[in-house]
Amino acid sequence: MTPQEARSMLETTLREIVPDASLAELGGSADLRQELELDSLDFVELVDRLSKRAGFRIEDDDADELRTADSATSFLVRGSAGRS
Amino acid sequence: MPSLGADMDEGILLEWLVKAGDAVHRGDIVAVVETPKSAVEVETFDDGTVQQLLVEEGQTVPVGAPLAVIADGHGAAPVEAVPAVAATPPVVAVPAVHPPSPVLRHRARELGVDLDQLTGTGPDGAVTRQDVEHAVAVHAVDRHPLDRHVGRPRGRGRVPAAAPTGRAGRLRVSPLARRLAAEQGVDLATLAGSGPGESIRAADVRDAAAAGRDAAAAGRDGRPVEPPATTPPRAEHAAPQDMRTAIAALMSRSNREVPHYYLSTTIDLHAALQWMHERNRELEIADRLVPAALMLAATARAARQVPQLNGHWVDGGFVPAVQVRLGFIVSLRGGGLLVPAIAEADSVSVVETMARVRDLTRRARSGRLRASELAEPSITVSNLGEQGVESVQGVIYPPQVALVGFGTPVERPWAVDGLIGVRPLVTATLAGDHRASDGATGARLLRAIDALLQRPEEL
Repeated sequence: MTPQEARSMLETTLREIVPDASLAELGGSADLRQELELDSLDFVELVDRLSKRAGFRIEDDDADELRTADSATSFLVRGSAGRS
Repeated sequence: MPSLGADMDEGILLEWLVKAGDAVHRGDIVAVVETPKSAVEVETFDDGTVQQLLVEEGQTVPVGAPLAVIADGHGAAPVEAVPAVAATPPVVAVPAVHPPSPVLRHRARELGVDLDQLTGTGPDGAVTRQDVEHAVAVHAVDRHPLDRHVGRPRGRGRVPAAAPTGRAGRLRVSPLARRLAAEQGVDLATLAGSGPGESIRAADVRDAAAAGRDAAAAGRDGRPVEPPATTPPRAEHAAPQDMRTAIAALMSRSNREVPHYYLSTTIDLHAALQWMHERNRELEIADRLVPAALMLAATARAARQVPQLNGHWVDGGFVPAVQVRLGFIVSLRGGGLLVPAIAEADSVSVVETMARVRDLTRRARSGRLRASELAEPSITVSNLGEQGVESVQGVIYPPQVALVGFGTPVERPWAVDGLIGVRPLVTATLAGDHRASDGATGARLLRAIDALLQRPEEL
């Protein structure tokens, strides 16, 4: 998965959870949970959907990796590389 | 979007009566807007040609937002819309030298009136809006039975496109029915209309609301009753203003009537989160636990242990509840909140608690809660853990007598067995009704929650 693909996967998934999110204004280093007001249930859903899309299981311990758009993107790239 | 009252800060554009390219004149009715109280017609202040509609039907926009662009000879200007119910009656007469305006033609078409058949009573014999409506009243056409009342701003009485609806197309709802539905938490989409053309009348809403109340009352007695399958009474989100008003009334009452006392303690979540992470490794991702589920489960069991805080203050005395109906506050994305409850929360597992929280939260946010799920809890939890604040000093939901609050779990230095370690800590608070209990009783509840969270495997 390229970083572009990972970022687009992240944005698609976020849009499913927060349909009115303005992702264009979302900086790469902004805290996703705070900026998009994700609660813990939303976050579980984000992890679930990303896991299914990316094809690898994301554990609780990986939550920090999904803190920002940038870190989540590189985490998805690394995670999918570990798979293939 | 015009302001149609001091308490209005947004409105729903229900229907456009003009389209791009239409000529409009000052005073023409161009749109129908829904406010918390009713549907209101909106007129324009300008002469010109509608250049562009900026807002779609069904869309909610804040007061002051432009609805459309009207071009005059001097270039485009946003519509300065004012409500037709303003003190000065709107001027809608069309001079005879002009053909009837698009608005009037639209109205006539909508009402099934042939303009050529009318005798105008306006200046120079022009056909006016009143003439059109008079013709409708006289012929009592039933194409739009709800629109027959003449001479008043009329609600189109249709559900905006954005509203949840269980059937194809738009619902036909009388304005009174719509208002009642919002007040009583009835989902219009679930009703079968008994009015002409299956339109929903106020009586239909009242019946559904009564069915919902019966179900709710039965639930309070500890005998949860499923709402009838045919017309499930459900809560539909009221307009944000209505919800704000409702919250304002209840919280003001609480602040006025309930002498609160506040307690607070710090709980070490190390054992609870350790256990949770272990469980989560085995669970499907979609079923994973979040810390709130453990805190809710612990609170429910603690409420059973301290029954003096689990119940209601009724007619000057405390009435303990027969079960723990644990309410938890769900904040809605558009503002406002709902408090669904987990029935018999003290006897369901953490995993089951999590499943109920997930389900109720989802449906609270999509406006699909049943009335029985919104029946009075016996104790409520406010979990502001998601908001990044460390503690919450809550306001009790009367007639309940206690509100438990949890802040965000944070990692802090903490002394364990004489050594300093870094531990995940949460601040648990209790707002208690001092009429029903004293601080010592409240302290027992917080201590019980703490103790339960140290033995998560027993929850």
